[in-house]
Amino acid sequence: MNRRRFVNLFLGGSLLGTLGSFLYPVIRYLIPPRQAEALAKKFMAAKVGELAPNSAKLFRFGSSPALLINTSEGTLLGFTAVCTHLTCTVHYESDTATIYCPCHNGRFDLSGNVISGPPPRPLEEYNVEVVGNDIYVSKKA
Amino acid sequence: MSAFFKNMLSYLNPRFRLSALAEFAKKKKIPEHKHSFWYYFGGLCLFLFGIQVLTGILLLLYYTPSVDAAHESVLYIMSQVKFGWLIRSVHSWTANILIGAIFVHMFSTFFLKAYRPPRDLTWVSGFFLLILFLAFGFSGYLLPWNELSFFATRVGTDIAGTIPLIGNAVKTFILGGPEVSGATLGRFFWLHVAVLPAFALLVLGVHVFLVQILGLSKPIGITDSKEISFFPNFVLKDALGWLLVLTAIGVICVFSPWEVGQKADPFAPTPVGIKPEWYFTFLFTTLKLVPAHIFSVEGEVLAILSFMLGGLLWLLVSYLDRRAGREMKSPVFSFVGFVIVLYIVVLTALTYLVPRI
Amino acid sequence: MEERTSVLMQESMTKNPAKIFFFALGLTLLLAFPLSVHGQKNSCLECHRELDEESLRAPVEGFAADIHRQFGLSCQDCHGGNPLQDDVGLAKDKSFKGTPQRAKIPEFCGSCHADSEYMKRFNPNIRVDQLQLYWTSKHGELLRKGDAHVAVCTDCHGFHGIQAANFPKSSTFAWNIPQTCGRCHSNADEMKVYGIPTNQVDDYKQSVHAHALYEQKDLSAPVCNDCHGNHGASPPEVTSIAFVCRKCHPSAGDLFSQSPHKAAFDGLGISECEACHGNHKILPPTDEMLASGRSDVCGQCHDAGTLPYDTGLKMKQQFVGYVASLQSANDLLDRAEKRGVEVSGPKFKLQEASTTLILVRNLTHELSLSEIEEKIDEGKKVIGEVKASGEAALKEAKFRKTGLVVATVFIFLLALALYLKIRELQSKPAS
Repeated sequence: MNRRRFVNLFLGGSLLGTLGSFLYPVIRYLIPPRQAEALAKKFMAAKVGELAPNSAKLFRFGSSPALLINTSEGTLLGFTAVCTHLTCTVHYESDTATIYCPCHNGRFDLSGNVISGPPPRPLEEYNVEVVGNDIYVSKKA
Repeated sequence: MSAFFKNMLSYLNPRFRLSALAEFAKKKKIPEHKHSFWYYFGGLCLFLFGIQVLTGILLLLYYTPSVDAAHESVLYIMSQVKFGWLIRSVHSWTANILIGAIFVHMFSTFFLKAYRPPRDLTWVSGFFLLILFLAFGFSGYLLPWNELSFFATRVGTDIAGTIPLIGNAVKTFILGGPEVSGATLGRFFWLHVAVLPAFALLVLGVHVFLVQILGLSKPIGITDSKEISFFPNFVLKDALGWLLVLTAIGVICVFSPWEVGQKADPFAPTPVGIKPEWYFTFLFTTLKLVPAHIFSVEGEVLAILSFMLGGLLWLLVSYLDRRAGREMKSPVFSFVGFVIVLYIVVLTALTYLVPRI
Repeated sequence: MEERTSVLMQESMTKNPAKIFFFALGLTLLLAFPLSVHGQKNSCLECHRELDEESLRAPVEGFAADIHRQFGLSCQDCHGGNPLQDDVGLAKDKSFKGTPQRAKIPEFCGSCHADSEYMKRFNPNIRVDQLQLYWTSKHGELLRKGDAHVAVCTDCHGFHGIQAANFPKSSTFAWNIPQTCGRCHSNADEMKVYGIPTNQVDDYKQSVHAHALYEQKDLSAPVCNDCHGNHGASPPEVTSIAFVCRKCHPSAGDLFSQSPHKAAFDGLGISECEACHGNHKILPPTDEMLASGRSDVCGQCHDAGTLPYDTGLKMKQQFVGYVASLQSANDLLDRAEKRGVEVSGPKFKLQEASTTLILVRNLTHELSLSEIEEKIDEGKKVIGEVKASGEAALKEAKFRKTGLVVATVFIFLLALALYLKIRELQSKPAS
């Protein structure tokens, strides 16, 4: 093999290698990721029928927790789960049908209003929407 | 292997008149002298633009230009999509590097007086490319819809609004309304991925074509007649430079990925020390430093008009610099250019070193 | 029309100078009279404003900001007298009350503030039981017995510059209250007679409540009157302390009531919350308050080696372990983030584990080790998941660096190849 051929081969080979190291990320990028799409303003909280009446579920709403409640009458309610007192995560208490915060026992009614305890402001209520088999929660306009 | 290439070439040649192209390429020569280093920056800008188009197209696959989803889609690209962090970081970093390279390219052609006729149209088209790419930078910056970009856009368009007579109309047109909103995001997206690329390709086509047929300008007073052939020598050296820059971009992106930031909240107060991207800071800081009133005219308005006048003069420098047109040294223009560079550098530095101006 | 009038006026003026004079006089009187009425002549203020004696001039300056003034009241409404009279003797008429005696001040203020018919006019919702409550307080009790040294209305509310309690400059605004009470209660000379300690305000200032109030500007944090009452101020009795704390800390109180401590404390007559947390100097509770900790409270009653003490010990161990686990998960995520990997998802999940910590610490009041262990295990599971994500993120960071090295190697090889090719082409004659 003469020098010229060597240089050409070397050039071709390294070119292929470089192109490969560029193409590999691009191809991996194009393949659909596990989580199909970005979380948008509307967040899928649960599936229809997942929650029994008079129970609730905590889910991720953007970067903070939120609460989806299925009341005993079967109405779906959505609230931020961040307590307005010192940002602990609130829970739904089925025997009293209220939302309570275990940190300092702040208590909210099902309109988000403070019934007792230290929270200074009501819980922000969210819009709940059922689309097909999915329950979506989004911020109120 | 080489037989395969030979066969392919003989198939394409009669169909694309490749041999004519090859002849031209073989004949094209590049002057080689002590300032030849600066010749590479034009090609570098082209290369970086190519990277932007490629990474931009890839980002388009997962990005959503709506207020509810823009930030989330960028977060998604950075965290869920394989190598999304790389594609996005390359795009954001290269945008800044490209604009830096454009400035270097522009000032090097200025100081080497490459704008003198018959290359005046190359200079003019280059000026428009500068405007287009600054618009690319400004419009692209808003798309992630984070706090910094939202407020930087607001500050920038506020400045546009102070242009006398047409300011408010211009601002409303740019924003798609009275203030930065979802309409602005849609509009900037439209500009960034459709309008500006179309115009850029057009003007770039003209610019590159002119460079190719006119050849590279030799600075005044250079008597060296040494030349190298464009293809393959210059092209290979060009490619070497491109590879080095590419490596640098790769290193930057791995060790300092572009941040996602906090989602923009239009109702939040403007963060302290908000400023536009670095390439606009010299304009921004000038406006901050200018006194409120100069001879009963609003200082800001006067400053903006001065910048616009300056831009106009810059555009027309090919025609203003008569001495250069006659192949004579024109130190006055070089001096003015030096002052402008100093001004930009000092004001940009001031913005970051003395934030509480 | 205008022209005609002015022409007529001009004519009449020039024709009759006397008319001008009387017109001018009438105008002056006409203007002067409403001015004096709208200016509300107040000889008290006018006179006292000019006096040299500081103490007699102060009321005028202070009254400008007084809340009574905003309701249209003035000097005579409290002190009597006739403000329309310039002459001092006439001003101090039959109705003049002057400065009330200290011992009479509660009744003095109460003459309006305890009269609901009167107060309704100004504020239909204002309370009128302050005087009644005052008599139930320690201050009122002692005043009735003849001690005029105790606090009366003006000692806390001021006089001539009284502001509503929700105004930040008021002496009864939340963060001014410790200072107001402290004027007497931190004064060793004043309190010597009663044998009351004077360290309460100083202790309070070190407490977590004071921190919330002064540093975090949380106006819902308790000050003196929130636990002691304001008009009916008295130290809460041993049995009452727990109720006072439970007003804001009901969950801790409920848990405590379910614990074996409740019966024990009641039986021994020990005040519930105070025994471990103190009263004024309530510091932020820490895991160190448990058995063998630096601020061990269990050891006050339980000897080392006994079952209760060992339970406390086990709880502390659980907490310390959990806190360390939480911290290491946080550090892991921070390391990954510093290396440029997106970890907002795991960080969000870690919040859950942090909430568990707050919950579990509160559970100490119930003294149920099994419940605490159960909750901690749940939290540990979450931390485990977060740590797995964190490790994956670190792996990703490493993968990125490796990928960069690989790509860079190829690029350098290509650059080298290009360089060799350029050299080769340059060695050949230019074609």
